[in-house]
Amino acid sequence: MRITQGTFSFLPDLTDEQIGKQVEYCLNKGWAINVEFTDDPHPRNTYWEMWGMPMFDLKDPAAVMYEVNACSKAHPNHYIKVNAFDSTRGWETVRLSFIVNRPKHEPGFGLVRQEAESRTIRYTVHSYATDKPEGERYSHDGTGSAGKR
Amino acid sequence: MDETHTNHEKLDVAQAFKDSNIQGVLDDLDRELVGLKSVKTRIREIAAFLLVDRLRRDVGLTADRPVLHMSFTGRPGTGKTTVAMRMAQILHRLGYIRRDHVVVATRDDLVGQYIGHTAPKTKEVLKKAMGGVLLIDEAYYLYRSENERDYGQETIEILLQVMENQREDLVVMLAGYKERMDDFFRSNPGMRSRVAHHLDFPDFTLDELMQIAEIMLDQQQYTFDEPAREAFRAYVERRMALPDFANARSIRNAIDRIKLRQANRLYSGGGTVTKEELTRIDAADILKSRVFLEPPDRDVPIETTKRGETG
Repeated sequence: MRITQGTFSFLPDLTDEQIGKQVEYCLNKGWAINVEFTDDPHPRNTYWEMWGMPMFDLKDPAAVMYEVNACSKAHPNHYIKVNAFDSTRGWETVRLSFIVNRPKHEPGFGLVRQEAESRTIRYTVHSYATDKPEGERYSHDGTGSAGKR
Repeated sequence: MDETHTNHEKLDVAQAFKDSNIQGVLDDLDRELVGLKSVKTRIREIAAFLLVDRLRRDVGLTADRPVLHMSFTGRPGTGKTTVAMRMAQILHRLGYIRRDHVVVATRDDLVGQYIGHTAPKTKEVLKKAMGGVLLIDEAYYLYRSENERDYGQETIEILLQVMENQREDLVVMLAGYKERMDDFFRSNPGMRSRVAHHLDFPDFTLDELMQIAEIMLDQQQYTFDEPAREAFRAYVERRMALPDFANARSIRNAIDRIKLRQANRLYSGGGTVTKEELTRIDAADILKSRVFLEPPDRDVPIETTKRGETG
């Protein structure tokens, strides 16, 4: 199941050229860019690992592409996203965030029911990928043995 | 352009030259920089080569992008940075770099102070320069032959990698003294082979320095009178013999000090001054310089507190 988080996630995966253009847009707006990655696809997992430091004062998207490529080389089967932070007073927040790399196979989510007091049922969304420990969740051959259930 | 060019189709070189607007940059270069004939010729050659290369690619002849990394060697104050800026403009107008910004870096900006510090530091500077030109001043400081564990080596390796793999994104220019740059290239053959153009900046002659001084004064709306011109010539001659002479930069600093003395003379004279007096520089303003007090064959810098300059 393809996860849809952030901007452009309902579109086909962006090509390098398209990523570059989006980054250029951010740089023209004066936003700081950083690259993050994770192998926990749960939608409430807000804090992804940072790839290097946030990048300030860049002039050209090539610099961001350099880091995106380095990150996806190191983590070819992780989710990688690019965030653009706007420091303007009143905004001071991430203005654009989009996924630039995803595992070849995404096992998706299961619904877990918990029996609670007096026949109450509590529901939770559980990602099959997280059944395995961190770092082993998306196998490198891309078959996604994590989703064996 | 499409692929349907035939071998006999005429391509208008003059038109392509005009479209690229590089004549303006070359004219600026001629106007701004006195002398430096060999450098200007080389820049014209490079510009012509790049223009022809672009025409060739337009008709689908070669796909290889020429190597654009350059090395500028010469003593301080011979115009290396100015030329680097102009070169960036030429490359930008011909479409070889996406932006015409130049990031100037020295060893301090690139090399870290402890293990693990260097790579992020170097990469940050490289990333800031991407899309344009990175000018590394006194590049030979990156390599310290006496210490093989020096972190400068790490910077050189990252630099080489980016110079090779990201030729489309970054043009690196190295600048420094000729002899030491030659040493640097000898100990880093990888660097030498990745630098396509080696430009040597000759020292200015006395006449050229006088010309530079006149241009600088003219820009600031001052004039020499005849005895002052003679005095300044004598000053430059003595100044050139000093070991820390920095060509055009020394001239600029000398003029700044002369302006101070002129102001002081007018101030202490009191009374009224005319507009002509405000612009004129007297021989007395120049002859008060310390260069005239010392014997011209001194070996040590007169003033050691401020690096590279004496008055």
